[in-house]
Amino acid sequence: MTTKSQAVLDWIDARFPLTSTIKGHLTEYYAPKNFNFWYFFGSLALLVLVIQIVTGIFLVMHYKPDASLNASGVPVAFASVEYIMRDVPGGWLIRYMHSTGASAFFIVVYLHMFRGLLYGSYRKPRELIWIFGTLIFLALMAEAFMGYLLPWGQMSFWGAQVIVNLFSAIPVIGPDLSVVIRGDFVVSDATLNRFFSFHVIAVPLILIGLVAAHIVALHEVGSNNPDGVEIKKKKGADGHPLDGIPFHPYYTVKDIVGVVGFLIVFSFIVFFAPEGGGYFLEFNNFIPADPLKTPPHIAPVWYFTPFYSILRAVTYPLFGIDAKFWGVVAMGAAVVIIAFLPWLDRSPVKSIRYKGGLFKLILTVFIIAFFILGYLGVLPPTPGRTIVSQICSVIYFGFFLLMPWYSKMDKCKPEPDRVTG
Amino acid sequence: MKKLLTSLLFAPLLALASGPELHLDKAPVSTEPAALQNGAKLFVNYCLNCHGASYMRYNRLQQIGLSEQMIKDNLMFTADKIGEPMRIAMQRDEAKVWFGAAPPDLTVISRSRASEFGSGADWLYTYLRGFYRDSERPTGWNNVVFENVGMPHVLYELQGEQVAKVEEKDDGHGGKTKVIHLEQGKPGTMSKEDYDKSVADLVSFLTWMGEPMAETRKSIGSIVIAFLGVLFVLSYLLKKNYWKDIH
Repeated sequence: MTTKSQAVLDWIDARFPLTSTIKGHLTEYYAPKNFNFWYFFGSLALLVLVIQIVTGIFLVMHYKPDASLNASGVPVAFASVEYIMRDVPGGWLIRYMHSTGASAFFIVVYLHMFRGLLYGSYRKPRELIWIFGTLIFLALMAEAFMGYLLPWGQMSFWGAQVIVNLFSAIPVIGPDLSVVIRGDFVVSDATLNRFFSFHVIAVPLILIGLVAAHIVALHEVGSNNPDGVEIKKKKGADGHPLDGIPFHPYYTVKDIVGVVGFLIVFSFIVFFAPEGGGYFLEFNNFIPADPLKTPPHIAPVWYFTPFYSILRAVTYPLFGIDAKFWGVVAMGAAVVIIAFLPWLDRSPVKSIRYKGGLFKLILTVFIIAFFILGYLGVLPPTPGRTIVSQICSVIYFGFFLLMPWYSKMDKCKPEPDRVTG
Repeated sequence: MKKLLTSLLFAPLLALASGPELHLDKAPVSTEPAALQNGAKLFVNYCLNCHGASYMRYNRLQQIGLSEQMIKDNLMFTADKIGEPMRIAMQRDEAKVWFGAAPPDLTVISRSRASEFGSGADWLYTYLRGFYRDSERPTGWNNVVFENVGMPHVLYELQGEQVAKVEEKDDGHGGKTKVIHLEQGKPGTMSKEDYDKSVADLVSFLTWMGEPMAETRKSIGSIVIAFLGVLFVLSYLLKKNYWKDIH
């Protein structure tokens, strides 16, 4: 480095921790050298967050959160989305990136969470990282739910109607609470405007804050790895972990490969199948919202369907309170219970590589049940499907609630001292 | 490509979809300018009196090979300026009284009619060929894919009349399903083949209008993916080079 640029850097460093931040989080942040495929999804989640924010900024320039009808009898909000698709130069691309990005976000985050389950990334000392992550997932669900109202199509409207109505099942405060959420007695212009405000300002601020906390906490304790052993326990003469490599340049160049691979899949959908077969953009949502015409079947977007199935699976009233309320409780509990994993897992080892057959079997059953729940959530309920979703809901909760016992019973293999590559 | 991707991703879900079966004929959708122009002509003459296409501007028709003058002379009956959208003069509240429901805007109709039974084009193609005489309906018409539809058969002079032969079929669960067979009654000005071809052109136009940049999207997509393919190889080689000392 030339003396002049060194002088500038010194000037900054005397006033702002630039060099030490770069060192602490990149060039001298030691990450395990044995990260595999599953470790791409953290950086990819960050990439999708950036895509959503940048495309969102441009969409807000042209989108109008207005439920009133224009001269042609079409809601202004719906028409403004078509205006973006047709009359704004490049608008179609920005919009498809944003709509595909929503689904991509959940795909990436679900895989990121699954990685945590595989390798025990939630175990001590990473409990707070995991809790921040669960909160990110919750915020993401709120963000996606409110964003989905904005195109003001039939599914936007009726999806919001169904979900907000669930809050009215809460005893005593429910009816008033649902009015507060909607700002009206039905989903209306007031709802559209407040959801717009939450979607573009409030929830993104919370998301970014949580993501920062997630990463700061991660860099404090260091990353887990597919072997689930702590690399900080074995340090070399230089004081760095023997199995650790600096995040930059090693993982920055590796993550670029992941980013490009992801962008190839992402571009396939954006350019060749932006509707995602009716699952990323639901066909019914190309019909403007009509408060007088209820669609025969209201299905939430695919990423909510496992939890929606759990909600519908609860069909018994309890303590004199409507089954709908307990459904809401079950759905909420299904998300919140994820945060308790660090204390539910009593296995002597972290990684699935050293866990026994029992855990592998139960994890497989859990994943299958989760997929079945997701699948049933897009379908209208029948008595047979309700029974299947009840069985799968029991499996879902059983995976978590029985973990203290089966994780102890499991016959684990001994962990190695060092990572195995 | 889209078909392949979609079927790979969602085949298991679609296979088990439920609800009443809907049998749709596969629409021979074309992207040829001649077909789209004929479709535009039919659309303006037969649809644009009751249905608007309010997100579609007249000058965008240049994209299917028409000049500004041709559009102004032959297709622009309801607007003064070429940049105006395809609106209609009919009042919505009056339309509601006449038809029972205001006729929907048709700009994105082909996208909204897609379902697990077929594309939106398939639905429209079957619908526009599926009108039959029904003396119990106020308009005198009914439809095989849209039962008790409020819309009369506006292409009647072209297709002529069809009559329905209803067959009751055992559905295997102890119930009956109605299967409607259509037979040609009073002939129209077009033969069956010509009529099917005209409807195919109209449906092609509606499909194009649903997403006028669809072809642009695909051609840009090929370039983007080719670029990313090269970038993937380069980034992989870069990674390999950096990592050569890590064991």
